Amino acid sequence: MTAPLQLALLLLTLGFSRGLQPGPRDDYEESAETERVFAASKYGSLWPLPQKVKISDVSFKLTGVTFRITDAKGSSSGASCSLLQNAYRRYYEYIFGGSRVQHGAEGRRAGPSVLTELQVLIVSADSECERFPAVTSDESYELTVDQPYAVLKAPKVWGALRGLETFSQLVYEDEYGAKSINSTTISDFPRFAHRGILLDTSRHFLPIKVILANLEAMAMNKFNVFHWHIVDDQSFPYMSRTFPHISQQGAYHPYTHVYTPADVKMVIEFGRLRGIRVVPEFDTPGHTQSWGKGQKDLLTPCYSGDKPSGSFGPVNPILNTTYDFMSKFFKEISGVFPDAYVHLGGDEVDFNCWKSNPDIQKFMEQQGFGQDFSKLESFYIQKLLDIVATTQKGYMIWQEVFDNGVKLKPDTVVHVWIGGGANEEMGKVTAAGYTTILSAPWYLDYISYAQDWQKYYKADPQDFKGTEAQKKLVIGGEACLWGEYVDATNLTPRLWPRASAVGERLWSAVDVTDINDAFSRLSVHRCRMVERGIPAEPLFSSYCPREYKGI
Amino acid sequence: MEAARCVTFGQYLRPHFYLLLLIFLRNGPHTVEGVWPLPQTFTSSIERSPLSPEAFYFEYGSQSAAQQGCSVLDAAFTRYFPLIFPDYTGEVAERLLLDLKAPLAKVPVTTTIPSQWGLIHYLTRFYCIPDNLSVSARQASLNAETVWGALRGLETFSQLVYQDDFGAHFYHYFVNKTEIVDFPRFQFRGILLDTSRHYLPVKTILQTLDAMAYSKFNVFHWHIVDDPSFPYQSRTYPDLSSKGAFHPMTHIYTQSDVRRVISHARLWGIRVLPEFDSPGHTASWGKGQSDLLTPCYRGSSLSGTFGPVNPVLPSTYQFMARLFKEVSSVFPDSHIHLGGDEVNFSCWSSNPDIRAFMKKMGFGVDFTKLEAFYMENIVNITSALNKTAIVWQDVFDYHELIPKDTVLHIWKGTPASYQAELSRMTKAGMKVLLAAPWYINHISYGQDWHQYYNVQPLDFPGTEEQKKLVIGGEVCMWGEYVDATNLTPRLWPRASAAAERLWSDEKQTSSADKAFPRFQDLRCKLVRRGIRAEPLYVGHCKHEYQGV
Repeated sequence: MTAPLQLALLLLTLGFSRGLQPGPRDDYEESAETERVFAASKYGSLWPLPQKVKISDVSFKLTGVTFRITDAKGSSSGASCSLLQNAYRRYYEYIFGGSRVQHGAEGRRAGPSVLTELQVLIVSADSECERFPAVTSDESYELTVDQPYAVLKAPKVWGALRGLETFSQLVYEDEYGAKSINSTTISDFPRFAHRGILLDTSRHFLPIKVILANLEAMAMNKFNVFHWHIVDDQSFPYMSRTFPHISQQGAYHPYTHVYTPADVKMVIEFGRLRGIRVVPEFDTPGHTQSWGKGQKDLLTPCYSGDKPSGSFGPVNPILNTTYDFMSKFFKEISGVFPDAYVHLGGDEVDFNCWKSNPDIQKFMEQQGFGQDFSKLESFYIQKLLDIVATTQKGYMIWQEVFDNGVKLKPDTVVHVWIGGGANEEMGKVTAAGYTTILSAPWYLDYISYAQDWQKYYKADPQDFKGTEAQKKLVIGGEACLWGEYVDATNLTPRLWPRASAVGERLWSAVDVTDINDAFSRLSVHRCRMVERGIPAEPLFSSYCPREYKGI
Repeated sequence: MEAARCVTFGQYLRPHFYLLLLIFLRNGPHTVEGVWPLPQTFTSSIERSPLSPEAFYFEYGSQSAAQQGCSVLDAAFTRYFPLIFPDYTGEVAERLLLDLKAPLAKVPVTTTIPSQWGLIHYLTRFYCIPDNLSVSARQASLNAETVWGALRGLETFSQLVYQDDFGAHFYHYFVNKTEIVDFPRFQFRGILLDTSRHYLPVKTILQTLDAMAYSKFNVFHWHIVDDPSFPYQSRTYPDLSSKGAFHPMTHIYTQSDVRRVISHARLWGIRVLPEFDSPGHTASWGKGQSDLLTPCYRGSSLSGTFGPVNPVLPSTYQFMARLFKEVSSVFPDSHIHLGGDEVNFSCWSSNPDIRAFMKKMGFGVDFTKLEAFYMENIVNITSALNKTAIVWQDVFDYHELIPKDTVLHIWKGTPASYQAELSRMTKAGMKVLLAAPWYINHISYGQDWHQYYNVQPLDFPGTEEQKKLVIGGEVCMWGEYVDATNLTPRLWPRASAAAERLWSDEKQTSSADKAFPRFQDLRCKLVRRGIRAEPLYVGHCKHEYQGV
C-alpha cells in the first residue's frame, strides 16, 4: 500500500501558500527571505532531523485499539523500568491523543497494512534505567518501522527515549484522519552531548508546572540539559535546608515564590524520566544581592567615602566566614542535585564596591594584587572551585573565569556567552584544552520582529578557527532565556519553537542547513507541540489543524 | 428626559465570627496604586474602609433610569463581583441575585436601556464614602449618563479595591475614600485583531474583549478576512469560507460565533467594527467566488494568478452589494471598515480588459483613479445601507472626494509623516483615526510600551477645530506571527499603554516613568483576572499566572 504524500502535510502546504501573499500593511520591508515557498519536506515533520533517515512510500495504519509499545524479548529493561513504561504511555497518548475514541469502533483484526507493535530493545546489559543521565550518556538508537512490527533498538534507555520521540514524529494522519506511518529506517545519535536550555527563576519566579511543561517540550526537541539559573540578584527562590533564612528573606515571597526540596526533587525526577539533566547554577561572587538579605556578612559592604553606604556589592572574598558558608552550602547542593556538574557562574563582577571598601583594599595590598581586582575575583573563584571539587562535582563556569586566568580542573566546562568575539573565544578556550559550550548566538530573551529562528538555526558551535582536536572539545550549546521580561504568562510561546532551531543545530548532522526544508518540518513540528498542549508560537501566517486550546 | 442613572454599592451589617491566625505582620500604610487608565479627576484619602464579600451588594439607585432587568448592568454586577473579591469562594451568584432582588422588589422598573449604539461619550461620576465607625452607613455611589459610563465606573471601582493579607483587620478587602469624575479623552479607543493570517478561536477573542474592558477600550476592530484566509461564514455566499478558510469546518466563524462576539462585546460596552478589506487583500475571497478577482496576464495570455477585485465588471458590484447588505445586518455598529489599502496595480495593468476600461473612462494610466472609482462605488453601497465607512488612509491619499462623514484611518509612517497626514486630513474636514504609532505586532527587546505611551495624537499643525476631528486611535495586532498561543501576552499589557493615552488627560500622564508602578500594578491585576499579561520588567506578582 502506498501513500504518495503525507496528507496532513499537504493540508499545511495549502495553509502556507496562502500565507505568502504580500506582507501586512506595514512600513517595514518584509524581507524576501521570509517569503519562502512552502513545500512538504521528504522528511515529513521530523525535528530535529535524525542522522540517517530512509522513508519509503509503503505505509501502515495504526489504531489506538491494536497498537502497543512493548519491551522486546531479550531487552535488558522490562516492566520494572518505570522510566520506559512511563515513556510508552506518554508516547501512546501523544500518538493517539484526541482520536482514541473515534477509533474505538474499529475492528481488532490486524490486517497486513496495520502496524500493531513497536518493540523496544535495550541491548546493553545495563540499561541505566535507574540512573541519572550524564554528559557521557549514550543517546543513540536505531529505529525500523516495518512489518510485522517496528523495532527500536538502543544501547541505553536514553537512546530509547529519543527514539520514541522520533517514532511519534513519523506518525501522521491520512486523508480520512487515520493514523499512518511509512516504512522507515533510522539510525540516529546526537552531534553534541550537551544540548541545553537555560531558564532564569530569579528575575521572575516560574511556577513548577511551567518548568515541567518546558521539560516536556525539551524532550520533544531532544534537549538533554536543563540549566537552572535558580538564583540571582533579584530573588533567591531556592529553599536551602542548611540556610533556610536565605529564601525566607531573599525570595520574592517566602511561601509562594520558593522551590521547596520536594519541588526540586520533582523537577529532577521529571527531567530524569525524559533523559534531561538538571544542572543548577549558583552564580557568585556577583549576581548575589538576594543572598545577602538572609545571610549576614556574606556580601561586601560598599563605602561612600569613609563610611559604609548601606548598600552591598559582590560576595566578600576576604572573610573566612564566606568560605565556611560556601563549603556548607555547596555540600548541600551536591547532595540535592545528582548531576555530575554544577554551574558556578562567575560572570559580570562589578568591582566598584570592592574598590570602595577599605578592608578589601588592605587585603589587596597584603596579597600584592595592586589595583587589579580581577586578581581578587580569581582568588575568590579559585577557593570556591577548590571547595566544590571536594564535593566530587565537576563544574561549569561562564567565560570570564577562564578569561581571568583562574586555574581550572581539566574537566571544567567553559560557557561562552559574550556576543562579540564568541568565535575567537571558542578558539581560545579549546586551545587551552578545556571543553566548552556555546550560548552567545542563542540569547532567546532578545526578541525581534519576524522569523528570528533562522538566525539561531544558522549559528554553529564549531564555526571557529581551530584544529580538529579543538572542535572536539566543543560539547554543545545552550539556548538562554533570561528572565527580565518573561514569566509564566509568556515564557513558553517565547521559547518554542525558537529554541527548536537550536535543538536541531545541536542534534543533527553539521550539513543539515537547508532553511526551506527546516521551515517546512518546523512548521508541522510546532503544530505538533501545540497539539500536545505546548503553546508554541507560529512561524508565519498559516494554521494548525488543531489550534491551541488554552487562552 | 435626562434622568441620571445611578448605581450604589453598600454593605449589609451581619454578625460574623472570625478565627484569625496571625503568623506575622507586615504592616505599613497601603499605597493605593490606583486606576489604569488614569481617571480625569481623582481625589483619594488614606482613610480606608473594609469591604466584606459576604455583605457587599450592588443596587440600582432609586432615581436611576436603569433598573433591574437592564441586561448590561445586571450582567456587569455578576461579572464584577468576583473581580472585586477574587478570593471569595462563597456562593457568589446566588447571593448576588438575592441581594439584588431584595431592595429592588419595591422599586418598579422605570426605564429600559437605550439601545442606540453609536460613538458614545461617557460621563462617569463615582463617589466612595467610607465610614469606619458605622458599618451601616458605608456606601459608594456611581452616577453615569448611560449604562456605558456605568460600566467604566464599575471597572474603576473594581480597580480601587485592594487586599491586605497581613493587616490586623477582620476584613480582607479595602477601598479608600475616593472621589472620581471621569470621561474619555477620545471616543474611539480600539484594538484590531487579524483573524485571517491566523485563525483565533472564539474564546481567545472573548477573553481579549474582557481584557479590553479592563483598560476601557471600546472598539473591537475585527479584521476578519484578508489574503490568507476567509473565516467569516457568509449566509449569502457560504462558498467564501468553505473554500477560502484555512479549514471549512474548524477554522471559521459561524453566524452564531459572530453573534456571540457581538453580544459579549456589548455587555462590556465594546463596539464590534468589522473590516471587509477590498479591493486588495482579497486573495482568499477568490477561491469561493469566481470572477471576483482580476485575472492577471503574462504577455497576452492568462498567467493563472489573480490580483485585486475586478473593478470593471458589474457582477463585482452586485456581489459586493449583497455581501455588504448581509454584513450590515449581522454587525449592528453604525460604522463599517472597508479597507482600501495596499492595492497592487501590476495585475490590473497586465489585464487588457482593465486597460480598455481605463481608456473608456479616461483614466489614462493612472490606476489610482481606477481604485478611487472602485472605492466610491463601495462607499456608495454602504452609505445606502446607512453605514458610515471607515477606510485606510490610502483612499484619501489617492482620492480626496469621498463622502464627508467617512472616517480615515492612518496606519503609515514615522511620527513626522503621520502628523502631516493628520494635518492634511483634518484640514479637508475629515474625521481621523490614528493607528500608525500603535502597530503592536512589531515587537522588540525591552520596555517598548514607552513608545506607545509617549504618543501625542494631537501634536500636529492645525486649528482647534481640526484637532476635534481626531476621534481616537487604535492598537493593531496584525496576525503574521500571532495566534492563540501568544496573542494575549503580546497584546497585554502593551496595549494598555495606548489605552491610557486614549482615555486619560495627556498632561497628567506625560511621564512613563511616573506611570510605571501603576502600570505594573495593572499588569498584576490582569494576571489575577486570568489574563496572560506579560511582565514589564523584573519583579513578581503576589498571585502569579497559574496556567502553562
